[in-house]
Amino acid sequence: MASIELRDAPFLPYRELEAFQAALPELAGRYGATASFVGSLRDFNEGEAVSGMFLEHYPGMTERRLADIVDQAREHWPFLEALVIHRIGQIRPHEAIVLVAIWSAHRGAAFDACRWIMEELKNSAPFWKKETLPEGEQRWVQHNTDGY
Amino acid sequence: MSIRVRYFASLRETLGRNEESLSAEGIATVSDVWRCVSGGKPLPDHLLCAVNMEYSEAGTAVRDGDEVAFFPPVTGG
Repeated sequence: MASIELRDAPFLPYRELEAFQAALPELAGRYGATASFVGSLRDFNEGEAVSGMFLEHYPGMTERRLADIVDQAREHWPFLEALVIHRIGQIRPHEAIVLVAIWSAHRGAAFDACRWIMEELKNSAPFWKKETLPEGEQRWVQHNTDGY
Repeated sequence: MSIRVRYFASLRETLGRNEESLSAEGIATVSDVWRCVSGGKPLPDHLLCAVNMEYSEAGTAVRDGDEVAFFPPVTGG
């Protein structure tokens, strides 16, 4: 199973993770490993202060791509549950942008699936970041940094 | 032949429009769509394209009623 969600308001990733796990009593005792990744908005980028960011996306394609990524991960690693939450809209520094969490029997699948999903999301999910600088100037983020 | 063409992010701003409806004959591929909406220019290498919300190539075939999207490299996560 998997839960994939886009949010247009701030969320608390560790609270989401705890609530999601608490709602899965049938999995209790079956997973021995939970791996999670949280991406947050820094207050700097490429040497300049950043005061905010707008996250544009392609409604419909974004959800489809995220579901495909999780399905592909499942072909490689046997995990029990996946949770993906991604922000859209206006974001402030320190807020969470993305949460990916994986529950599996063993740590290898949890670590690897979580990492792979995150890299695939960054490479192919149709999101675009537009930063706001302190003076009010806006600029599109041109590319993501390498994850490896 | 009617194609819904959509643009995102910096490309949307550069073109000054979100989307348009393309009604023309002789459109067989994604690159034909781009040529029609850009006034005859070839599809730039850095742009990504999708047909019906699946990543596609310049040579991917398009059909009546398809949705074709063009956008810059993605930067989520």
